[in-house]
Amino acid sequence: MAFPSDYRYTKEHEWIKVDGNQATIGITDYAQNSLGDIVFVELPKVGDELTAGKTFGSVESVKAVSDLYAPATGKVVAINESLATAPEKINSDAHGSWMLRIQLKDAGEVNKLLSADDYDKFVKEEGGQ
Amino acid sequence: MRYLPKSPADREVMLREIGVHSVDDFFKAIPAEYRLDRDLKVPRQMAESEIIDYFRERSQENAAGYAAFLGAGAYHHYRPVIIDALVQRGEFLTSYTPYQAEISQGTLQAIFEFQTMICELTGMEIANASMYDGSTGAAEAILMAMRVTGRHESVIARTVHPEYREVIHTYLHHRDMPMTFVGYQEDTGETKLDELEKSVTDRTACVLIQSPNFFGSIEDVAAIAEIAHRKGALLVVSIAEALSLGIVKPPAEADIVSMEAQSFGVPLGFGGPYDGVLGAKEKYVRQMPGRLVGETKDKNGNRGYVLTLSTREQHIRREKATSNICTNQALVALMSTIYMNVYGREGLKDLAKQNLAKAHYAAGEFGKRAKVLFPRGKRFNEFVVQSKEDPHAINDRLLEKKIVGGLSLKKFYPELGNASLWCCTEMNTREQIDAAIQAVHA
Amino acid sequence: MKPRKVSQHVNQNEGLIFEKSSPGKKAYKLPPLDVPEVNPEKLLGEQAREDLGLMPEVSEIEIIRHFTRLSTWNYAIDLGMYPLGSCTMKYNARVNEFVARLEGLGNAHPYQPEKISQGALRIIKTLQECLCEITGMDTITLQPAAGAHGEFTGILLIRAYHESRGNPRKKIIIPDSAHGTNPATAAICGYEIINLKSNAEGMVDASLLASVVDDTVAGMMLTNPSTIGVFEKEIHRIADVLHDKGALLYMDGANMNALVGKTRPGDFGVDVMHLNLHKTFSTPHGGGGPGSGPVACKKILERFLPTPVLTTRTDGKLGFEYNRPQSIGRVRAFYGNFGMFVRALAYIFANGPDGLRQTTEDAVLNANYIRKKLEGIYELPYKTGSMHEVVFSDHLQTQNGVKTGDIAKRLIDYGFHPYTTSFPLIVPGALMIEPTESESKEELDLFIDAMKSIAQEVQDDPQLVVSAPHNTRVARMDETTAARKPILRWKPEQKAQATPAPKPELVETR
Repeated sequence: MAFPSDYRYTKEHEWIKVDGNQATIGITDYAQNSLGDIVFVELPKVGDELTAGKTFGSVESVKAVSDLYAPATGKVVAINESLATAPEKINSDAHGSWMLRIQLKDAGEVNKLLSADDYDKFVKEEGGQ
Repeated sequence: MRYLPKSPADREVMLREIGVHSVDDFFKAIPAEYRLDRDLKVPRQMAESEIIDYFRERSQENAAGYAAFLGAGAYHHYRPVIIDALVQRGEFLTSYTPYQAEISQGTLQAIFEFQTMICELTGMEIANASMYDGSTGAAEAILMAMRVTGRHESVIARTVHPEYREVIHTYLHHRDMPMTFVGYQEDTGETKLDELEKSVTDRTACVLIQSPNFFGSIEDVAAIAEIAHRKGALLVVSIAEALSLGIVKPPAEADIVSMEAQSFGVPLGFGGPYDGVLGAKEKYVRQMPGRLVGETKDKNGNRGYVLTLSTREQHIRREKATSNICTNQALVALMSTIYMNVYGREGLKDLAKQNLAKAHYAAGEFGKRAKVLFPRGKRFNEFVVQSKEDPHAINDRLLEKKIVGGLSLKKFYPELGNASLWCCTEMNTREQIDAAIQAVHA
Repeated sequence: MKPRKVSQHVNQNEGLIFEKSSPGKKAYKLPPLDVPEVNPEKLLGEQAREDLGLMPEVSEIEIIRHFTRLSTWNYAIDLGMYPLGSCTMKYNARVNEFVARLEGLGNAHPYQPEKISQGALRIIKTLQECLCEITGMDTITLQPAAGAHGEFTGILLIRAYHESRGNPRKKIIIPDSAHGTNPATAAICGYEIINLKSNAEGMVDASLLASVVDDTVAGMMLTNPSTIGVFEKEIHRIADVLHDKGALLYMDGANMNALVGKTRPGDFGVDVMHLNLHKTFSTPHGGGGPGSGPVACKKILERFLPTPVLTTRTDGKLGFEYNRPQSIGRVRAFYGNFGMFVRALAYIFANGPDGLRQTTEDAVLNANYIRKKLEGIYELPYKTGSMHEVVFSDHLQTQNGVKTGDIAKRLIDYGFHPYTTSFPLIVPGALMIEPTESESKEELDLFIDAMKSIAQEVQDDPQLVVSAPHNTRVARMDETTAARKPILRWKPEQKAQATPAPKPELVETR
């Protein structure tokens, strides 16, 4: 699996792509592969606040639910509405399927997260267990 | 022991192949001080005939063949014979929850049909595969409304079945979920709309009413819905007498319906098992507790059925589940499914009309010699009679004539004085009704 | 290889009942009305219903055929073994069905006068006494409708107990091996959950437990034997650790089939527990219910029991007592699933003390026989002795890309219902097998042969297992689409499309 080098990653398998003062967030290809066919995504509303490290929603497959953890702190400015009717987009293109866009409180926060290489190593270790 | 299919020789062979001396080896993990070294003090093993004799005696002590005028959440309707003939088939009776869809299509399709018919009758867009009963269904419906709205208060009509209200109290009171109760009008027995208006706030998750209510009066669902919705609250309608839907307009303005379907082919059985079910608007499906059966295709394109949206449930979400419910009431729901098919579109209407006629006749006859309360209320098959005598004394007298009179309301609604709740179904003959009224006024 | 237990048989094609419906068909006839007719529009005004929409209109024979055909698509205990762990799928005796339907019991209205309910009340009393004796508890409520409902009741009792002492406390400890209803219940009762990691033997680590119990802990929910089928050896210490800090021990009684007649939870320190009448006491599963989940407890919790409570009046007659100021209230209307009480009591009578003990011994013998025969073929993650159920893992099979769920589906081709897959969570790729005492040596051997054969198939032809089942009327369902685009009811626009019966030339027995 190739992980886009301009994204940052969390150990809970979310990615975040910074764009100035805003950022988009999604889950990684590794995550969608582990979950299987995604049937539903539960997202916050525009205007809600995200706190880094805390859960902000969940992603459901037929037999499992996984919490989504915020990679950074900020206010939700947009939600990807198409995921409500076509959650399978995440399975076919996890890195290209953004879930939400936030206005970052502190863009520097993201630098603490894993780089594509570090995340790749992390995932390889997890898979090996 | 006739339920155990192993001979002593079988046991010997098995122990030898496992490599242990005796079966007690397997119980060594139990600390010695806790191992029972005596027989349990339960009755000795009985022959099948003795078991039947025991329960026959209990059945006789319980008395059958009385003319009964009790309703109040459990209704005496005729049970077509075909119901037991079908549900006693081993493939229905002794099958498991349909988690393995390929070998449970019988159960799954029957539930799918049940869900469909409940929707048609209640006016809801979706229905689940059953809840324990009407009382717990009402409590779960309120919790569901809280999840949907994010609010934590509820407004409940006093005309909801008293025991349902007790159950709701048990479910809510320790969780900081305040309940407000609204009274009823003297002339109709319906919920007071002005009091309701004042009680619903922007913290109210839902209004809960029952229709027909505990007094037998049909509530003004549309008006109550308007009040609830205007303040952003949901309307939950509880239905205790499912057969009312044969002739009474369904509560289509409700957001959630909690119904007790015992009237549909489930025996009175001294209070259980009964047959709750929840219905709701489709947009609330993810907050609905209980099992749901969905239609799908198998990998060869054949139509089939499967338990779906399981991620709401406890076996996946654990502490974040919509409810802790696991077992439902599948076999009794099957009884209801068969019942609804037997009567069907015309039969449920005809049967409901008969109930309406019987109760109307009885109320009319009662009215000649006693006071029938809530005279301007619209009723289905129950009504409240107020007498000079204490209902308990009346009922003692009736019992001697092998009549079971209406339920005394003194415990639940002391403000009504000597009042009792009477129910007439298609099972009460005119002679019985006449004899009962005669005896009440003796 | 041709499975010994099954061969292809014909399953009749059948659509939805709505697809057979047509106006004018009837399956009912009402007796003539003996009171004056009424006009619903006049009586009910705008509350009168116009029509009943898409409710079906069919004849009696169509109903009988419809449901009979549907029934033939189900597996059932009457057909063969269900090796489902912690479900205790035992024989549902038919005498139970007969006695439950006796008129005085089946047609009794819950509000009928006590004078004509003495039979029902006596049944309740006798069952209560038997269950208290079996569990070693002081008192019991039969009100909860099922196991999860019983857990709810039990935790509320614990809460009421602590509240009466001034502090409801905040937390409940639950082992990570627990059934999902346990944490779901604790959360509903407003408690925070402390997840307790099991030790290397799959059991509660009493020292770890001691380190987390303090006076903010209300209690612990324990299943014993645990969900991996082993008896908690340190149960005494577990109970002491909790009681020392004033916490209570709740036991999930799902696995009572390993204990009845051999030991009693009340003796080993349990304060409150629920029973599953539809497991241990043979009341039928009926495709998913009804169940019954009585809650038994020690005297200290008696005054909090749900209202009403059975009592003996001064004249010796039985009745219900409603004046219970400290009760947690009702958990449901009326008295509980009385129909299940009758069946459970009939089961106890049919067994007697010797039968109950023998039942437990046979259940444990059967599980250990399976364990011995499949050891080495499937991996045993925990070597501790099994009681009435054994848990394997799919570790040896995943090497060939086959998982527990696939093996379970292939087992269907051999004529069995699958065992419990993927639970408990502490065993990745779990195969949880509980045969119960109702299985003969013959049936067990057929099961063992099937499991051995599948293990061989995993070596020789894993794709066969991964794509199973092959011999069922319908293949694996598309659960993804069912969850993404739920269709939860029939609508007339949905084209009639019953599943065709398999064509004869396509039938192969593998």
